[in-house]
Amino acid sequence: MKSTKDIAELLDEPACEHNKKEKSGCAKPKPGSAAGGCAFDGAQIALLPIADVAHIVHGPIACAGSSWDNRGTRSSGSELYRIGMTTDLTEQDVVMGRSEKRLFHAIKQAIETYNPPAVFIYNTCVPALVGDDINATCKSAAERWGVPVVPIDCAGFYGTKNLGNRIAGDAMVKHVIGTRDPDPLPPGTERPGIKVHDVNLVGEYNIAGEFWHVLPLLDEMGLRVLCTLSGDARFREVQTMHKAEVNMMVCSKAMVNVARKLQQSYGTPWFEGSFYGITDTSQALRDFARVINDPDLIERTEAIIAREENRIRQALAPWKERLKGKRVLLFTGGVKSWSVISALQDLGMVVVATGTKKSTEEDKARIRELMGEETLMIEDGSPKALLKVVADYKADILIAGGRNMYTALKARIPFLDINQEREFGYEGYQGMLELVRQLALTLESPVWEAVRATPPWRIKAPSPAGEGWGEEKINQQNALFDPPHPNLLPHGEGTVVAAGA
Amino acid sequence: MAEIVKRNKALSVNPLKASQPTGGSLACLGFDKAIPMLHGSQGCTAFAKVFFVRHFREPIPLQTTAMDQASSVLGADENVVEGIKNIAEKSKPALIAVLTTGLAETQGCDVHRNVREFRVKYPEYNHVAVVAVNTPDFTGCVETGYAATLYEIIKDLVPDAASAGSKPGNRQRQVNVLASPMLTPGDLEALRDLIEQFNLRPVLVPDLSDSLDGSLTDDDFSPVTIGGTPVSELATLGEARATLVIGASLRKSGELLQEKTGVPSHYFDHLYGLQANDALVQALTDISEMPVPQKVERQRAQLQDAMLDTHFMLGQLRVAIAADPDQLNALIHLVHGMGCEVVTAIAAGNTPVLATAPVDSIKIGDLEDLEVMAKERKAQLLIGNSHAVASAERLGIPILRIGFPLYDVIGGYQKTWIGYRGTRQTLFDLANLVINFAHEEIEPYYSPYAQKPESERPACSPSCH
Repeated sequence: MKSTKDIAELLDEPACEHNKKEKSGCAKPKPGSAAGGCAFDGAQIALLPIADVAHIVHGPIACAGSSWDNRGTRSSGSELYRIGMTTDLTEQDVVMGRSEKRLFHAIKQAIETYNPPAVFIYNTCVPALVGDDINATCKSAAERWGVPVVPIDCAGFYGTKNLGNRIAGDAMVKHVIGTRDPDPLPPGTERPGIKVHDVNLVGEYNIAGEFWHVLPLLDEMGLRVLCTLSGDARFREVQTMHKAEVNMMVCSKAMVNVARKLQQSYGTPWFEGSFYGITDTSQALRDFARVINDPDLIERTEAIIAREENRIRQALAPWKERLKGKRVLLFTGGVKSWSVISALQDLGMVVVATGTKKSTEEDKARIRELMGEETLMIEDGSPKALLKVVADYKADILIAGGRNMYTALKARIPFLDINQEREFGYEGYQGMLELVRQLALTLESPVWEAVRATPPWRIKAPSPAGEGWGEEKINQQNALFDPPHPNLLPHGEGTVVAAGA
Repeated sequence: MAEIVKRNKALSVNPLKASQPTGGSLACLGFDKAIPMLHGSQGCTAFAKVFFVRHFREPIPLQTTAMDQASSVLGADENVVEGIKNIAEKSKPALIAVLTTGLAETQGCDVHRNVREFRVKYPEYNHVAVVAVNTPDFTGCVETGYAATLYEIIKDLVPDAASAGSKPGNRQRQVNVLASPMLTPGDLEALRDLIEQFNLRPVLVPDLSDSLDGSLTDDDFSPVTIGGTPVSELATLGEARATLVIGASLRKSGELLQEKTGVPSHYFDHLYGLQANDALVQALTDISEMPVPQKVERQRAQLQDAMLDTHFMLGQLRVAIAADPDQLNALIHLVHGMGCEVVTAIAAGNTPVLATAPVDSIKIGDLEDLEVMAKERKAQLLIGNSHAVASAERLGIPILRIGFPLYDVIGGYQKTWIGYRGTRQTLFDLANLVINFAHEEIEPYYSPYAQKPESERPACSPSCH
């Protein structure tokens, strides 16, 4: 189990603005009104995309059982990451203290069956509480079978998902990064006059393969991506991250500790950026060139940006007409609010409000810069509050994480999923085309009218005979049998009391 | 409003269309103790029989006048008269439908006269209903043959109000249902169930859910249908409260029935989707003077929810459909209402309802047309019968099987498409096909610089991808 000191150290993140403020996304969750995952959740989703690693969840079934294979990240090769592995601890294991032994054998089994280049062990609440020494178990397993076994001590009760991200990053810095030097450049990839620079991306998860919209551009610029932590990554790539000339923190500061520590230990500069939207994508490419400071690269980059922006603006033109002026309520979790705002504004859409629950002070400043001082920032992400904002600000669509999808749909409001479970990639210039397609698909769907319409028998006059039933009785019957879902009630109306009560 | 593009090539390749006598037979098979007799050569019947056996996986009563070389040239009146007599004598049917084929029509037969001759010659079989229908296969399709046969059956076997003394509404809770061939036995069961929820007694005409629903009977063999609308029931149609006419192709039959009996007909082009079923439920609540049952309201709400859940998969989906006109129109309405784009619509025959479909154009054509146009217009999903499966495979896109024939799946004939529930299942099926087979994923990109493990590196240069 991590000591309180370890956790306090992880919580103290000098590169994060939350450090200076009392109220922050890393604050303690409030019992009874907490949303979001735990430290284990955060650590697992941060590292699971490393595709060729055997990811073993050490704990009883609840941790892995309902979370494995639940992420939209994609791999261009190895699919080992999609195989769910857990020690599935039993009562016997816990009571008799056999869980370490089971873990040891589990590692052996994973190595013998799947021959992975490394094994990651995610510690969870129960083994942390009973005092399993997973560091020692991993160490002896690695020695015994000659395969790196990395302990990721991320019991859920340590803290929030955000803390879990940092624990994951910390484990990579401690145990993996710096254990191998990069390969020489593959023969045949040299281009005359182009010096290849090595870079990393941290916090890029390749959801639905969206990073494949961006990677070709980086290749063209002459940037070798040593590793993306962690989308479509391999263990051997993570090992070489210390040799990059620059690190880009993509979208989220969840693993900002990785960038900071790489800067401390290896002097690698880092910058923060996003690939959502035309403006931000171009900015990210420019920042690479700027930090590396190679005049050739800067020139090449500007040419690529000009070409791509021109191409995509032409392709987007017909869609922009369809989406112009549509009002959006943005409520994002992990993905930075401001980056998506600029993508939507690129399309001529109006962002009426945005969620800032996980945003830092700096993010909020940026949001104000993009949307004006008066902009509504939503801290309360409860379904009721969201729907109220949708109604008050006449939003045409709610863009949020998959968790909120059914809130929107039940209230008959168009919805776009922007979180990690989604099946479509929106990154880069090309991703904008998919974004507009998905926006138009839901906004223009004929189903909204169909599901909002009152059934004809509630509008029309009662039966021609004029007896037997009427509007009032229908309502009475509905109250008896089928109280409407609370989300469907007009705001201000309380819960439905069963008839006869 | 659709533009109708007629056939413009000599060769029909991979036909979508099946013949009118096939459709006529199907209509006849929905009556109890009935047997269709095709007036033509033996092959006409054998092919139709195999067609139905493969689809329904049931023994199918079907006879032939067995025209040979001599009767084809010299006249086949005898074949018809003796054919009817033989069936009447041996099989003791309640209804015989004499359906002409291309051969008989080309030869110049007059089956109506033949039936009159039969009556004169064999008065002992006056209790057997015999209906003659012109269903040459050189015109129309399954649907039109079916409609023509039902029309003749109503014309010949439903007594008019004046002579029978029947009065609309004498049977307060009876509702007649004229059922199009697009309704499967499963559909008919669902429809019956819905109508009964309004305390009404449905009389389905014809009723394939009672004859070809795939149930075991006590008799081990019967030369005629077991189950279906009793012919005697046709006399009660004039006393019903209302008639529901399902399928645009049956409009003429509905008009005729109303004209003969005075029972008001309510017309429904189809029963796919929310609006179509709202109209039906509205009609039922009006006719029955009963409120809409909670169960039905619940199913409606479930459908609405399914529409929301599936619109993400179905929105902007490029769909190609091939079917008989009623069903094609129904499917176009259904998927159009979900935000799909119907890029190819092929009809087996031309009927007036097609012009009202919400699609730019409809081609009267075959499955080759379907395949070519679907490819050209980058269809992502096909809707059609089992013959279209090969087209879907060549196109590399998924197919939703519907219509006639369905020979490569078990129980296709029993699937329920109509009603709130049937529609919901259809939407789920469509969305699942999209999720599992038509989802367009981003192509993996392999960076030439990447440090991926040896085993994963592409054998040739990255430009190969």
